[in-house]
Amino acid sequence: MRLSPSFNRSLWVYHFNSGSCNGCEIEIVATITPRYDPERFGIKLVGSPRHADVMLVTGPVVHKMKDRLLRVYAQMPEPKLVMCIGACGISGGVFYDSYNLEGPVDEVIPVDVYIPGCPPRPEAIIHGVVKALQKLERIQGGES
Amino acid sequence: MSDESKKAPYIVPIGPNHPALKEPVMFTFEMEGEMVRDVDFAPGQAHRGIEWMGMRRNPVQIVHLTDRICGICGVSHTFAFARAVEQIAGIEVPERADYIRTIIAEFERIQSHLLWAGVAAHELGFDSLLHLTWRVREQSMDVIENLTGNRVNYGIVQVGGVRRDIVPEQHQVIEDCLTTYEGLLGKLLNLFLDDKTITMRCRDCGVLSKKEALELCTVGPTARASGVNVDLRQDYPYAAYGDLDVKAILPDQHLGETHGDVYDRIVVRLLEVGQSCGIIRQCLSEMPPGPVTAEEKLAKLLAVCKKATGEAIGRVEAPRGECFHYVRMDGKEAPHTWKVKASSYSNLMSWIPMLRGEQIADIPIIVASIDPCLSCTDRVAVIRRGEKSILTKEDLHRLSVGKTRRLQR
Repeated sequence: MRLSPSFNRSLWVYHFNSGSCNGCEIEIVATITPRYDPERFGIKLVGSPRHADVMLVTGPVVHKMKDRLLRVYAQMPEPKLVMCIGACGISGGVFYDSYNLEGPVDEVIPVDVYIPGCPPRPEAIIHGVVKALQKLERIQGGES
Repeated sequence: MSDESKKAPYIVPIGPNHPALKEPVMFTFEMEGEMVRDVDFAPGQAHRGIEWMGMRRNPVQIVHLTDRICGICGVSHTFAFARAVEQIAGIEVPERADYIRTIIAEFERIQSHLLWAGVAAHELGFDSLLHLTWRVREQSMDVIENLTGNRVNYGIVQVGGVRRDIVPEQHQVIEDCLTTYEGLLGKLLNLFLDDKTITMRCRDCGVLSKKEALELCTVGPTARASGVNVDLRQDYPYAAYGDLDVKAILPDQHLGETHGDVYDRIVVRLLEVGQSCGIIRQCLSEMPPGPVTAEEKLAKLLAVCKKATGEAIGRVEAPRGECFHYVRMDGKEAPHTWKVKASSYSNLMSWIPMLRGEQIADIPIIVASIDPCLSCTDRVAVIRRGEKSILTKEDLHRLSVGKTRRLQR
């Protein structure tokens, strides 16, 4: 499936919280506000996974969220990418020994871009989206 | 289907999928037409077992865990926990550390209230105001980063004091930030409070009476907006607040009357931004010289904590209200018991009287008005006479924006 060139450039991201402490959420919202303003590149936060190209997953995937994460991932249209934001999604972080974790995220769904930090800075999140964009273009280039 | 069941109220579940803020919640609304007849909710969707983990770590390690209970009011949790442990172990906190803790806590309040104001504007469909408030909020984030080294999850409070001093070069940075906010406050108050649309949407919407606020033990701005005169900084001063003159901010000071509605909650939070600026300025001028921690060497600090036995309570006025930590130590490395009661926990029950009798379109702003997690309103399934349709957060947002447009006509 080859998308139109204009669609290629405007990445719509969907944010899924799998039990995070809220720190990464604040930084994601800070990222889309005027100081950083990624909307000038067409990068936009959307409310439904069915509209999204990229899913941002924060949090260490707690027990109750595992099934929901799988369902939301299945609802996203292809081609799709997953970005794992924050240390706890990558390795468990400070929550590594909790009894209630099903994560890290990459044990539940495939992850394409990892953004370390607790929480990562908005610049790091934008850098990650750019990496995701490159990967998405590679995937589409390979298929056409 | 009988006529009875057609008339019966239908059930609207909201959440818990994609809870983007602090406390993921599953709401169940009993609707009658557009009106909320009753509401129930089930929190606990993002349980990480923090207390369980804490009872397997030593106090110095727990301090970094408490930072991550909540990303917005992290320093309040750490502050409350450190105060509890200091009481048990008999650690005397240097006066300068108390002042630095107060300054950081007040900066946290500024950024948290500005964050909330932006979110509230977004829920009303006023996105330009969201972007404006978040733009000005970035300056407080810069100062916090300058003082602590991190934008979120500061990690500055340690048992026995703080981990970084405020040096004279940083005074100017703080002063610049305070001057900007004091200049902006009038503009923000004007934008939020004199706006016709915001007044129409928020006045007498989601009312919580003073009686209900007292009965439900609400805390923080939610209680103060209903006219309850509670503020830990005034009632049980801790850290540097004893030396400062802090008075609880009530909506009738600004408007001469208390409605206990969403509008009053906006008033209280915005005025508290100005109050925090004053507190920080006073702290900076009165800050005594001296060390910033009772014990610099962590190994020595741990040895003191390991010997400690007893129990204590640490209470701190977080941006959302009272934050409460109970710790019991029995001479081991890890605490025997650790119990956290965050401020939103006390406020959640107030949703029920607030939401009863309101419209679907008002749900987002009322749920947001106590400053909890609100992105639980992400996906809603409406089951009407056996037919099922899904309302996403966007649909809800559209309903809310639609109501604003109707009112503007």
